[in-house]
This record gives sequence, structure tokens and C-alpha cells, in this order.
Amino acid sequence: MDKSVAVSRNDIGLESPAGRKLPVGLRQVVAFVLILLALVALWEGYKLLGAVTAGSIPMPVRPDDRSMPHIWSIVGALFKPARRGGEDILLIILLRSAVFTWREALAGFTMGSVVGFALGVVFVRSRLLERGLMPYVVASQTVPLLAIAPMVVIWGSRLDWPAWTAVAIISAYLTFFPVTINTLRGLRSPDPTAVELMQSYAASEWQVLWKLRLPAALPYIFTALKISATASVIGAIVGELPSGIPDGLGRALLTFSYYYVSGPEKLYASIIISALLGIVFVVIVMLVERMVVPAQRRLAE
Amino acid sequence: MTDQTPVVSIRDVSKVFDLGGNNRLQALANINFDIFPGDFVALLGPSGCGKSTLLRLIGDLISPSSGAVQVNNKPAHQARLDRDYGMVFQQATLYDWRTIYGNVQLPLEVMNYPRDKRMARAREMLKLVQLEEFGRHFPWQLSGGMQQRVAIARALSFEPSLLLMDEPFGALDEMTRERMQMELLSVWGQTNTTVVFVTHSIPEAVFLSSRVVVMSARPGRVTGVIDIDLPRPRSFETRESPRFFQKITEVRECLRRDEVKGASS
Repeated sequence: MDKSVAVSRNDIGLESPAGRKLPVGLRQVVAFVLILLALVALWEGYKLLGAVTAGSIPMPVRPDDRSMPHIWSIVGALFKPARRGGEDILLIILLRSAVFTWREALAGFTMGSVVGFALGVVFVRSRLLERGLMPYVVASQTVPLLAIAPMVVIWGSRLDWPAWTAVAIISAYLTFFPVTINTLRGLRSPDPTAVELMQSYAASEWQVLWKLRLPAALPYIFTALKISATASVIGAIVGELPSGIPDGLGRALLTFSYYYVSGPEKLYASIIISALLGIVFVVIVMLVERMVVPAQRRLAE
Repeated sequence: MTDQTPVVSIRDVSKVFDLGGNNRLQALANINFDIFPGDFVALLGPSGCGKSTLLRLIGDLISPSSGAVQVNNKPAHQARLDRDYGMVFQQATLYDWRTIYGNVQLPLEVMNYPRDKRMARAREMLKLVQLEEFGRHFPWQLSGGMQQRVAIARALSFEPSLLLMDEPFGALDEMTRERMQMELLSVWGQTNTTVVFVTHSIPEAVFLSSRVVVMSARPGRVTGVIDIDLPRPRSFETRESPRFFQKITEVRECLRRDEVKGASS
């Protein structure tokens, strides 16, 4: 996805023999389904408990259909038109929004990863730059996204950028930080003797980076990319709100929360689709990781 | 032997580590000795005597505080740039994302050997350490002794004139260790490499080397150089021969003499 991944796949592909892929994680799928069923059972069990006790015991969330619609009505809402007389069912509308938002998130993720990776490489080369710039990098993540997002949108519109670029930048803003931190940590991960070995060959700084530090950092970088994949989706959704972009999940979530009273299940349905978008993105990153990093080297997930 | 030009010449070398504040550690004081072509020299001493530091000075991984290290008639730094060193550490330090072939080829890639030459060298080297079937394996699939053999193959792949070994068998069990010593001697016999071998094992130093440089600690210095004139090729029988034990005793006394002196001073 970003530069580092493409290049390292190349580097490692030359060395590793074919056919080291793990079989599809069937057990993971089974576990996922079982947990999903358990969550559904918990949700419906809570509602059932509320119905049986009929308010005689205090419950933190009211178990009525407005606060907690039935799972089947949430799923059912996905297959009904979003508006009376509308043509498309909610699922289609949400999936279209999700694809739109994902494109913004992907652009932000790519920009953020490239910038984050570059900062990591710069910092590993220069302690001075690391000491000087790191406080700002950290500070950037403590400024609320809600404050940054409108500013970026305003600047973007002044510069006549298309609206989605501002959203991508907001998304990149959330994305680069974990990549910087983990890239730096990964590039510093080889033991001193591994570095001395390179020195004994009179290897250039560039060769040390390319043949030792970068491959050693890949598992760390992928851990960051998984965090960044979800963060980029959140960044894109939040960024869509001040941009006034009507086509993404941000607007859908906003609209359905306005009309929550008349159709709470639609908001829940949108939340589920948003979550699914994040999950799908992480799964894509994990699949790329499987191709690039051998199993024995992946950091525990 | 003395009329040859030395491969390594160490003159008045001292090394002081600055530990910050007013703390300084004199790791080595006034080291002088020469190593000649085809020598197998063991640096022997208790831990903390600076033997590894001395090896790293020869390999230009650190620089001396005073004095000079010449390798092949040039400063150690130039020798490193000329790729005169093959290094083997206590840990095999294989890169675990590379296959065994990939690891042996690592120095050749750094030195821009053409691809076909690299592969040919890797095969040849793995044959030398008897691991030719393991080229496509990954490091974690090999035992500690096998990994160390790969490290030796990697160090010799570019035919360096000097092989520097820092307690290479220190992490291995006794049986593997003795087998590795035999294999190292056989590999050394098939190449023209000069070896400097750091160890704290007296039998290991005596069995392997043609000369043992005995060192003592605080500050690290050379207390004696003992020629080991045991016949070659050395074998299992060598370890049981009276001459072997005689040499071990001689080395041990040299180490002890210094301890006694140290205790009385």
C-alpha cells in the first residue's frame, strides 16, 4: 500500500521460497461467528430480561425498542428502502456511502503512512531531529480532531481543492502517528551485533537501512498499519461532517441520528456498516502482511 | 615465521571507555603483539579482561584510545573498508527474514557481487560447512550449532584475509562445541584465512590454536604468549595426548601466575 510495503515484498520475495502461506484461518472464522452469536444473545437477552421484569429492577439502558431495537429489526432495516417510496434499500445506500468513504480513507491512509514512515526513517537517522520534532508529533495527536477538521476544510476550499482531499488530509492526520512511532521502534529493533555485522562488511548507511533495518521493522510497521486502517476510516467519517460531503458514511450517520426517534434501527444499521468498513480495511492490511511477513516474524495480534 | 610481514600488528594499544561523569574504565593497557599469515591465534582470559574489546579494535568496530592497529600493512579502518574481515559473534546473528542462502549471500550483496557468483559462492560455502541441503531453510529451523556454521560460512563467503571470532561456540553445549571445533579446524585447513579467536575456555584455546595470547583483567593486558606446537591435523586423539595436557597446564599456570601477582599487589 505504501512505498515500504511494496519495496520490501520485492526484497523478501527474492529470498523466500514459494508456498509458505498459512492455511485460511478456519478456526478464527468459527470463533468470530460464535462471539457474534454470543453478542446477539446478550443484546436480546437484556431486552428479554427487561420485558420480563417490566421495570421492577433498575437497568442502565432502557430495554425498549427505541433505545435498543431488536437485532432482526436492525437487519431488516438494511433490506428496506431508507425512505418511504425510495428506490434503493438501505444496505445499498450504506454500501455506496461506505465505498465512497473508504476511498477518502484509503487516500488518507496512504498519505499518512508515507509521511509517517518517512518521519520514522528521518528520526532513526538523526537523534537531533527526533528530539526536536517528536514533541510536535505527539502534540499533534492531542489536538482534538474536531478542531482540526474545520480548519483543513476551510483551507482546502480557499485553495480550491476538491472536497474529498480535505477529508483525506484529516484522515491522514490520524494515520501517520502510529506509523511514525512503530517505524522508529522497528528500525531500532535489530541487535547491536546485527548492525556491527553490517559495519564489518563496510556497508553504507543506505545498505544498513535497506537490508537490515527495514526488513526488521516490517512486523512493527504492519502493527501500525492495522491501527491506522481503522483510524483512517474514523478520520474520513469525522472529516466528512464539516466538509458537507453528502455521499459518505458521515452524512448517513448524521442524518439517521437526526431522525433517530422515527427509526433508531437505521442508525444502528449505519453504525454496523461503518464498523464493517473498518474491519474489512484491517483484514485487507492483514492479508498483505501475510504475503510480506513470514508467520514466525509477525508480532502477536 | 618472524621474517614474514604480520597480518595484524598491534602497537602500544590502550583503550579507555568514558562511562560518563568522572567514571573511566581502562579496558586495555599497552597491548603489543603480531599475528602472522595462516596463524590461528586464541585470545584467552577471564571475563572482563578486554579480549572482546581487543578483537573489536582489530576489526575496527571501535577505535583505540592510543596506539595503532595495522592490518595487512594499513590502518584497521582501511582494512575494514577493504573488506579484509570476516566476523563471527557468540550469537549467530542470522537475519531471520532471509533463507540460509540469503544469509550467506548477505555480505556478497553488500559488496555488489553479481547474482550468479553470489549463488555459486553460497553453495560452495554451505558445502564447506556441510549444510548444503539447508540452503532454502530459514534460520529458526536450524539448531544452534548449525546456525553458527552458517555464520562461519557467511563470514568466509567473500574470502576475507582475517577471520575474527568472538566466543563463537560460547552458547553451545559441550558436545556440539567439540564437534564445531573439529569442523572449524577442517574449514580453516581448506582456506588460507588467518583466525583470531576469543574464548575463555583453556582446552578450546589449546586445541584450536597455534598460539595462545593469555590476558589478564583490570586493566586488560597481555601476560604471556604461548606457542601450541601440537601436531596437525588435530583430532580426537589430540585431546587425550600428554602434550595436550602439558600445554593446558602451561596456559593455566600463565593465567594463575598473573592472579597471584594481582592478589599480592
